[in-house]
Formats: sequence, C-alpha cells, structure tokens
Amino acid sequence: MNIFVCIKQVPDTETKIRIKGDKSGIETNDVKWIVSPYDEFAIEEALRAKAFLKTGTVTVVTVGPDRAVEALRTGLAMGADTAVHVRWETSCNVSIAKAVAEVVKKENGSVIFSGKQAIDDDQGVVFAYTAELLNWPSTSTVSKVEFGTDGKSVTVEKEVDGSARHKIAMNTPCVIAMTKGINAPRYASLPGIMAAKKKTVKVYSPSDLGLSDSPLLKDFDYELPPERKAGIKLSGEIPAQVAELVKRLREEAKVI
Amino acid sequence: MIGFALTDDQLALAEMVRKFVDNDIIPVAAKYDESGEFPHELIKKAWELGLMNLAIPQNLGGLGLGVLEDVIINEELGAGCLGMTTSISVNNLGLYPILLNGTDKQIEQFVAPFLKSPILASFCLTEPGSGSDAGSLSTHAKEDGDHWVINGSKMWITNAGFANQFTVFATVNRELKARGIVCLVVPADAKGVSLGKPENKMGQRASDTRAITFDNVRVPKSHLIGKVGEGFRIALTTLDHTRPPIAAGAVGAARAAMNYAIKYAKERKQFNQPIANFQGIQFMLADMATSIEAGRLMCHKAAWLLDQERHAEANLMSAHAKRFSADMAMQVATDAVQIFGGYGYTKEYPVEKIMRDVKLVQIYEGTSQVQRIVISRALLKD
Repeated sequence: MNIFVCIKQVPDTETKIRIKGDKSGIETNDVKWIVSPYDEFAIEEALRAKAFLKTGTVTVVTVGPDRAVEALRTGLAMGADTAVHVRWETSCNVSIAKAVAEVVKKENGSVIFSGKQAIDDDQGVVFAYTAELLNWPSTSTVSKVEFGTDGKSVTVEKEVDGSARHKIAMNTPCVIAMTKGINAPRYASLPGIMAAKKKTVKVYSPSDLGLSDSPLLKDFDYELPPERKAGIKLSGEIPAQVAELVKRLREEAKVI
Repeated sequence: MIGFALTDDQLALAEMVRKFVDNDIIPVAAKYDESGEFPHELIKKAWELGLMNLAIPQNLGGLGLGVLEDVIINEELGAGCLGMTTSISVNNLGLYPILLNGTDKQIEQFVAPFLKSPILASFCLTEPGSGSDAGSLSTHAKEDGDHWVINGSKMWITNAGFANQFTVFATVNRELKARGIVCLVVPADAKGVSLGKPENKMGQRASDTRAITFDNVRVPKSHLIGKVGEGFRIALTTLDHTRPPIAAGAVGAARAAMNYAIKYAKERKQFNQPIANFQGIQFMLADMATSIEAGRLMCHKAAWLLDQERHAEANLMSAHAKRFSADMAMQVATDAVQIFGGYGYTKEYPVEKIMRDVKLVQIYEGTSQVQRIVISRALLKD
C-alpha cells in the first residue's frame, strides 16, 4: 500500500497577516511557515495505517514554491518514507489537484490522505478535485480510519454537525480527508529529523507532469476583515443606563 | 571566518522542542512546581523525542551529537520549566564521565542501556561538607580483592530518587586531596545504598534532589572509570561539557521571563496608557534582550569549542557562559517580576517561578563565584 499524503505549507496560525499592495495575495516576507495542521493529522494517520498494515510506504507530496520543501522535510522527520515536490507556485486548486493526480498515477499511489482543508485559504477542494480526476471515491471530515487487514477495504467514521457520527465503507484506491481530533500528531523526533535528510525528495516541474501553467482559477482582491470598533461605555444613573443598554441591544445590535 | 548560522537540523530541533514545551510542559509547569512531584511522563516523552543522552556514539545506536545540540535543547526547555530541564539534562552529568574516559566495554555496559529505555543517571560529587571545594571530598573508596568498597555521603544529588545508576567520586586517601580521587559507577540497587528524602526546594521543584549514603557498597573493579587519581580531572572535564547546556537553560528561562514581561507591559495600563509606553519599562526590556543575546552567544561559543575539542579554551568559555548566563537570568527574572509589580509576586503569573528557578543556576554545577575563580586563575596565570 503506497499511501500518499497531500500536504500544504501555510503561514503559522499566529502570523500577523498583511495584504500585498495590489491585493493579489498576502505579504510573505516575514511569514513563518508550517505544515497545515489538518495535514499533520493526515501524516499521523498515514504512519499509523502503515504500522497497522505492517507494509507499504508513506509519501508526502506538496505542490508549491521552493520553500515548500521544508513542509516535506517535516513530514519525512515525522516518519514518512519519501517525498514528492511539484515545484509550482500556483493558487489554482484545479492545477494543484491535476498535479497531485499525475504524481499519484506516476508513483503508483494506492490511497490519498489529506487534511479536510488548508488553514490559509480554507477552500477544502483539492482532495475532491483529485478524487474526481482519478475517478476514485472520496470523503472528508473523517474522524476515524479503519483498514481491513487486507488493506483493500476501509471504513471511515465521519462527524456530522459536531457530535453526530456515521460510517462509510469504501475500497482502495480512495481519497480520505481528515478532520481535527482524529489523532494527536507525533512530534518529529531528533532521530527523525536526522534521518529525514537522508531521505529523497523527488522534484517535478509542471511540464514533467504534462501540465501547463494556465490557471483555471485566479485569486484577487484580498481584504483584511474590518477592524473591530471600540466598545461603548454607558454613563449616568443605573436605571437610565439599563434603559439605554436595552435600547441599543434592540435597535443597534439587534440581539433582543 | 565567523559563522553564527545553525544547520537546518539544529533549527528543526529547536522548533520541535519549542512545540513540545508549548504543548506539553508549559500547561503543567505550575502544577509540578506546586506539588514537587517528579515529571516521569514528561521525561519519558523527552527521551522518546531523542532529547536525552545525545552524546552516545552512533556505533552504539546513539546520535553521536555534540554539546551545541544540548545547548539548543536546553534553551528551549528552559523557557518552559527549568526544573524539568534539569531533570531531563542531568543524564549528561552522569554519563559524560564514562563517555569521555571509559573504555569501549565500559561505555557499552554503562551507557548503551540509556538508549533502550528512559532510565536516569546521577552525578555524585558534592557532599555535606564539600561543595565548591570538591577536591576535599571525604567519601572513601577502598580496594578489596576484585571490588571497590565505598563509604560516605553525597548531597544535593539530582534525580537520585529515580536514577538507575550513580557516577560516584570518592577518595582513596584524603591526604592526596584532588589526586586521590576515583570515579566509580554504582548501580542504584547496590546493597548499602540508601536515599534521603527529597529536598523541599525553593525552586526547580520538578527536579528530584536528595542525599545518598553509601554503607560498605561493593562494586566490581571493572566499574572504575579512568585510573586511580584521575577522578577529579574527570569530574572537571565533565562539568566543562555540561555547563554550557546548564547556562543555556538559564538563557531560555530569561527569554521566557522577558516575553512574559513584554506581553504584560503592553496590556497593563497606568496613567491611562500601557506601561510599555514608559521609557523606564522600555529600557528594562532592552537590557533584558541584550543580556539574553550575550548569554546565548557565550553558550553557543562554549559548545562550539567543546565540539571542536578545543578543551583548554572551552574550559574558560564554559565558565564565562555559566557565570554570565546564571547571573544575567537572575537579573532578568527579578526585573520581570518588577515589571509585573504586585501581580508578579503572586503565583497567578509565571515570573515568580522563573525567579525562584534561576536562582539555583547561580549555585549548582559550580557557583558563580567558582566560575569567577576559574576565570581569574586563567587571567593571572604566568
């Protein structure tokens, strides 16, 4: 079983986001990059699946600029066996899905794990596009993955509306996107970090995969959320303040 | 040529330890400080992450890393809890005497088992009557056939209550002073070893500190590390290797204190504005940052010299790093409490713990005064 884990390098959750002057994206100069947390769940789940099945390989794959190799190194340090880097700076999710699908075909992947969405643009579509391109079944917001011992059948548990759950059975090959809480991702241990640099990162360009740089989707007009207005402090006699508060809650905040 | 860049592996290591500290240590540090309980689970986790016993050579399955990696780890751990940093890093004190001076067979017998499970080793040098004047120790070792027989008491032994193995310094003849000292490996379960109660310490309460008594404890002759009379040198060269990481723990604690103070200074309002607007506060923060940078550089340089096996220079630089970082961290922690004012003096905020914890760095593994002796002797040497 060759498990491919589709990961994305995203800004750290504590990054102070600034928008580029032409609103075409965010400023990336001072950004600290991390593996998208949902994708870390997917890496952990893949490592556990490999341990359960006692066979196979785990490959982390990403589509992104040169710096994205750091995300692959993190995956390798956590315990993935190999990595594939498609060097392509594109925000077009269709292009990314095409690249992943081509890589998985080329490298004989038998299942794809990913996070349910990346925490930067929150689109949550690459796993589904990829499944569609490969004609594989897929499901998302998965909170539990159970392989049959043959490695062919797989049962996943899905969260519905927070706490309700149901199960879906599929056969591999398939695409499974994980949600929070499925596991506690391991840290990359020091021996893992040292072993990672001896592992290979295969590099592809879009043309290696027969793809051209013609995005079907274009990102533009980024805007920060409006700054929060300061609160209002009421003054005067208490009964008057209460009346004023009720009035504002009803007419301005419209909560009562 | 000068280069200050860490390798990708070292940066990834720092990042990993920072994550471990943020997720696993900081949330429970106050709890362990309050209870004085020993953090077994966290030590196990640190061991699993490969943060202990770094110097064990690769041919035995170890990582064969140097002191710089220990320095990087300890700065990050120190930013979380200095007591746990001590507990996690003290195996180095117990194992370096063997790694630096033992035969291949001794290293395999006494050090390799530390790769198989999260067991602990303690370094037993200090005694009730001999601290800074370590050469005057009185624990006695006598040859008896195929064995050494040890009698005496040790004091302030870190991790003693949970260690599997003790590295013990004893004298064959007190009149020989420093030249009469031997270094012996003693299994913790040897007959005649008895442990004192855990000390109720001011700080670093997550580390275990006790007295140990040796009453006719017998170990085979193969447990002698180095030769008779080399024990004192073995103890001192070991301390050269562990001082930079210990100093780095203080740098980490100071960094944490500064970061807490920065956050608080931006939030706390007096005279209708954040206290961070006042130059009195700003300059305290600026001084903290400068001294932390200086401490870190000394730790890195001392570690680098050790990793280059430039031992004579390293001996001096380790003393500089330890003296400066310990005193600096005490000052930074005290100033951080000052910035927090009354709140800083309570256990509501983490800075009073840092102040209690870093005090010990001025005392253990050679007091700040002993470091000054090392430094001034080097200066005045003819």
